[in-house]
Amino acid sequence: MLVDLLLENKKAIIKHWTDLTIDTYPPEGGSFMRKQKDPFANPVGAAITNGAEAIFDWVMSGSKDYSPDVVRRLDDIVRIRAVQQFSASDALGFIFLLKKCLRESIPEKMMNDQHLVGELLRLESRVDSLALTSFDIYMKCREKLFEMRAMEIRNRTSRILERACMKYGAPHDW
Amino acid sequence: MDLHDLPKPKDLMDIDLNKPPETGWMNNPSVFKDGTYSYPAAGKNLKILGMPNPRQWAPTDEDWKLPENWQEIILKGMKERLEKYRSFRLFMDICVRCGACADKCHFFIGSGDPKNMPVLRAELIRSVYRNDFTLLGKMLGRFGGGRELTIDVLKEWFYYFFQCTECRRCSVFCPYGIDTAEVTMIGRELLNLVGLNINWVIEPVANCYRFGNHLGIPPHGLIDMWEFMADDVEDITGIKVNLPVNKKGAEILFVTPSGDYFADPGTYTCMGYMMLFHELGLDYTWSTYASEGGNFGLFTSHEMIKRLNAKIYAEAKRLGVKWILGGECGHMWRVVHQYMETMNGPADFLEEPVSPITGTKFENAKQTKMVHITEFTSDLIKNGKLKLDPSRNDKIIATYHDSCNPARAAGLLEEPRYVIKNVVNNFYEMPENTIREQTFCCGGGAGLGNDENIEMRMRGAFPRASALNHVVAKHDVNRLLCMCAIDRATLTALTHYWAPDVTVGGIHELVANALVMTGEKERTLDLRGEPLGDEEEDE
Ligand code: SF4
Ligand code: SF4
Repeated sequence: MLVDLLLENKKAIIKHWTDLTIDTYPPEGGSFMRKQKDPFANPVGAAITNGAEAIFDWVMSGSKDYSPDVVRRLDDIVRIRAVQQFSASDALGFIFLLKKCLRESIPEKMMNDQHLVGELLRLESRVDSLALTSFDIYMKCREKLFEMRAMEIRNRTSRILERACMKYGAPHDW
Repeated sequence: MDLHDLPKPKDLMDIDLNKPPETGWMNNPSVFKDGTYSYPAAGKNLKILGMPNPRQWAPTDEDWKLPENWQEIILKGMKERLEKYRSFRLFMDICVRCGACADKCHFFIGSGDPKNMPVLRAELIRSVYRNDFTLLGKMLGRFGGGRELTIDVLKEWFYYFFQCTECRRCSVFCPYGIDTAEVTMIGRELLNLVGLNINWVIEPVANCYRFGNHLGIPPHGLIDMWEFMADDVEDITGIKVNLPVNKKGAEILFVTPSGDYFADPGTYTCMGYMMLFHELGLDYTWSTYASEGGNFGLFTSHEMIKRLNAKIYAEAKRLGVKWILGGECGHMWRVVHQYMETMNGPADFLEEPVSPITGTKFENAKQTKMVHITEFTSDLIKNGKLKLDPSRNDKIIATYHDSCNPARAAGLLEEPRYVIKNVVNNFYEMPENTIREQTFCCGGGAGLGNDENIEMRMRGAFPRASALNHVVAKHDVNRLLCMCAIDRATLTALTHYWAPDVTVGGIHELVANALVMTGEKERTLDLRGEPLGDEEEDE
């Protein structure tokens, strides 16, 4: 079974995937994210490492539904990348990197096995479905940022406006 | 496109995300991505303040409309400051690039951008210093770590010195005590010389300069706002609080950041002050002239700090008070603590502050004559002068964000905690390496808390948020307390994005919720006008 083979290589695959993801940051940032193990000193690195494992486990699990854990972990990473110096495609591309890592962990000669390739495609579509979900998360994050901008402008003087309306009536009455 | 031009599935697997170039930091020009920089100061505001080069421009423009001899102006400004501020020259000379500070900045942690490493942030200026002010640099140029002040370098300064919240976290870890916040301050001063500044800083400065507060609200407008709050207090407690304004001969002048007059949740803290002072029968006064505790001069230049700060002493003198009490504030406290006496002292017309309620002498305030409200309130509690019912705050599970300036710059670590623990039953600390001296910034201080800069703020806010989310998961924390008006605004955005179940508020809001007042009606609502109990929790 392909899944068994991949699970045997779990550590290496996750390491490969986190390495590729971390490589999307400038080298100095990346080396810090790899080295610092304290999650509070290095929250981005922690989100990527912990997220990678949870996501990998879900892809292998065969379970049809998302576990709350996998969605939360995915959210953790996407929420961070949605405010970093990335274009949308670069922010979300890290998900597809998992496909690359899965493929590369399979010995070349095994790729002729029809059954195994079928299994691989099935796993890959699970990764695709996660990618779609991360689009949703990404969009929600971006929408939230714009909503926050509007909210801040409003809130800054909320009391003055409230007071003015109490004294002089609502703006359309002025 | 022909079908055969489409990439094969196998090629598609060769995903190559845009990797950042590896050209070395000195050669990477800054990219002004929307959401990561602040809008420039409006010309009209610069004119009001008599600051150089007022004009219309945008950081994304190719031409920044600088004076022709901008290089000369900046280098001359650098020379003057190297002579005037010994600390600046020292900070330029003694860094050994040990890297202890490198990974301590919230902006670096949240972005991975090397130029947000404090050592590199300072190096942006230091490289020019080496090039133009040291013999070795003059001889060796780039090989000696020097570089010429080009337009790209200047643009980089603007980008990165307005990406430092002057929080001083990095300085805690530097074995030589190098304070990158001070390097940033000088960097901004130099930028100001050629008209490079941001509106979120300069507009409050201009308003404060003319009207005495950041929003430029005239005296009758302020009184109106305070009365409005007093009405709310009356609705909740049944008590009409005493509201003395510009009262000559009062014992104490009270000064607090104006952000707390106009925007929730700061307003609840402000109502808290009114209730506390009323209950104590304090002989104090608000002022419509010294109506701003904040001082965005700190984010502009030393000269501007002095100009804005002077009004506090001037008003204290005019009103003839004995001493000054300051509200929950952030950078106001840094200004008071570190600059006020040197810049505008000695305040020999004031008396050494003594609490009229407990008789405690605030010896620490001997010089400045200004006491912080958490010092004042913790002393009241310690002496048993307040009747408190912390169960009124039982709905709240709190944690405390040490606001950078009072904590790191002024050492106010225990007083706020002492007050909090006496007014709320559920209190949990965030992880040790994210609080007290090591507290993580909110990501929006030093004038960066504007809406256009929201992405950068969220990057910088993430380390704080990750620690917060830890106590949310572990203890169901639902209130993030802080002691700074900027925080009350910026942390609200932080929680909105990173921890949506958490609300933000000041300490004296909870003090006032718990405060049992003489003659009050039975309290059913908290200061936010929400039920005290848990009723609405099962919604
Ligand atoms: S003062 Fe704060 S924001 Fe500035 S470099 Fe140091 S840690 Fe970063
Ligand atoms: S810790 Fe101090 S000496 Fe070391 S690199 Fe940072 S500023 Fe320089």
